[in-house]
Amino acid sequence: MSELTTMTAAELSVKLQSGEVSATEVTRAHLDRIAAVDGRVHAFLHVAADGALAAARQVDERRAAGAELGPLAGVPVALKDNFTTTDMPTTAGSRILNRWQPPYDATITSRLRRAGAIILGKTNMDEFAMGSSTENSAFGPTRNPWDLSRVPGGSSGGSAASVAAYEAPLAIGTDTGGSIRQPAAVCGITGMKPTYGGNSRYGLIAFASSLDTPGPLARTVLDAALLQETISGHDPMDATSIDEAVPPVAAAARQADVAGLRIGVVAELAGEGYQPGVLSRFSQAVELLEALGAKVTEVSCPHFRYALPAYYLIAPSECSSNLARFDAMRYGLRVGDDGTRSAEEVMSLTRAEGFGAEVKRRIMLGTYALSSGYYDAYYGKAQQVRTLIARDFEAAFGQVDVLVSPTTPTTAFPIGERADDPIAMYLADLCTIPSNLAGNAAISVPCGLAPEDGLPVGFQVMAPVLADDRAYRVAAAAEAAFTERWGHPLLAGARGLDQATADDTRGAGR
Amino acid sequence: MSITRDEVAHLARLSRLALGEEELDHLAPQLDQIISAVARVQEVAAEGIPPTSHALPLTNVFRADEIVPCLPADVVLSQSPAVEQQRFKVPRILAEDA
Repeated sequence: MSELTTMTAAELSVKLQSGEVSATEVTRAHLDRIAAVDGRVHAFLHVAADGALAAARQVDERRAAGAELGPLAGVPVALKDNFTTTDMPTTAGSRILNRWQPPYDATITSRLRRAGAIILGKTNMDEFAMGSSTENSAFGPTRNPWDLSRVPGGSSGGSAASVAAYEAPLAIGTDTGGSIRQPAAVCGITGMKPTYGGNSRYGLIAFASSLDTPGPLARTVLDAALLQETISGHDPMDATSIDEAVPPVAAAARQADVAGLRIGVVAELAGEGYQPGVLSRFSQAVELLEALGAKVTEVSCPHFRYALPAYYLIAPSECSSNLARFDAMRYGLRVGDDGTRSAEEVMSLTRAEGFGAEVKRRIMLGTYALSSGYYDAYYGKAQQVRTLIARDFEAAFGQVDVLVSPTTPTTAFPIGERADDPIAMYLADLCTIPSNLAGNAAISVPCGLAPEDGLPVGFQVMAPVLADDRAYRVAAAAEAAFTERWGHPLLAGARGLDQATADDTRGAGR
Repeated sequence: MSITRDEVAHLARLSRLALGEEELDHLAPQLDQIISAVARVQEVAAEGIPPTSHALPLTNVFRADEIVPCLPADVVLSQSPAVEQQRFKVPRILAEDA
């Protein structure tokens, strides 16, 4: 493995700016790594080798001509396959969009291009971002680089695995109920769900519009912040985009200090159903922050226990409406159009063949929750619970600066274990969902390996709406303290892909 | 039992999903289990609590009314399952006996 692929984006940025390495060399190293390992990981649905090398050449030429370039110019990034790209297919992990090549770029896509970031390709995902394991992709599952028999989490599992497997230093994901933070946690990397509205949804294939939030995945907190600064900011093409200055997240990640900060441990996000090794690593992380000068208290958010059922009414309701656009008429798959069938019959046949089981379950669940006679008891009630959860956050942030919890109740589970057990699958997002319902910022950073299975555990930091910088500051402080304790970044101990690196780092995460 | 197989079949029709018998047999008990689980929201005493439909309290968002070119017809039609005379070609929209 080339050392260019093990460097952080921040390190690459320095070497690119000084001219020590070229964007072409960096891009080629990552494409070589993808060619070497992606057959086993399957993080990518599409690798854009030619496009990436052309973009890299352009960055090199502009730099040689003395152009002023941003920090990520020449740094490779992997893009989740639910962002539209004019030069690459966009499937959202679904057969219904198989081979679709969008006529326009998402705002996130065009901002990456404008910054000179090199888009390596499109990453695998649960179909329409519905799932927590990437097993719901119509194109086969992604595997966890720590243990290829386990899931990488989801729905941004391809993005998380690409970063953990050193195929890309950075990746873009989307988080509707935990789809950035949960895969980041179980792959041993950093993932951030910014404040809702902080990143544009224009050109993002919609799942649940009031919850969907694009965000960064990276191997360090600073790298995530650099990527967020590149993609964030007001976009007139998205009516829910926040028209305010982006919080200074990279500066916050560099500040990395928690002295005097009040940290609240959420009482409801622990206990039954949580793996012992997850809880022990979480407690150690809290002690570490306390040792760094943070003031730790326990905080109760009583309605968080209703977040999961409320989410599984709100998200499916919005999805049943959003996915009505896949009607086989103007783009995408069309099945059974033999000249005898009506448009409605063709539509129903196409949707039955084009959507996978989980998407069908959620469309029908949403249709049920929104139907007259059930609306008040289900969707209406879930919306009230959403208010109560936002109020729990408000009350908690009156007492403390940030809230913390494990990111997921368990480490990565084996492929197939929960594939046809929706309720078990949904539990993977237990700790991440509250921040989607309330719209506040939340980040996951690795906090060690669970002793019982040697797999990564994520530490979640939740900050108030628009206080993304605070989440980065705490996560970076935790990251610095962990790295010092372990003697190296957690990921250096991953042994699923590169056996050779395992032996000299066996102490990882202890 | 919170939902019957017949109701699930009705939901599939409303959702424009032409599901086979086998698929209905598989999905009906799963939907029943999910609906029972999410019904827990009804335990919450929410009398007088306003609903939240969105994380941000935004109303009447406007942007500048700038004229920009729309996508060329050939680009848009290039992704269509069927095209005729620069139009989307779709199956008949009325039933035979309508």
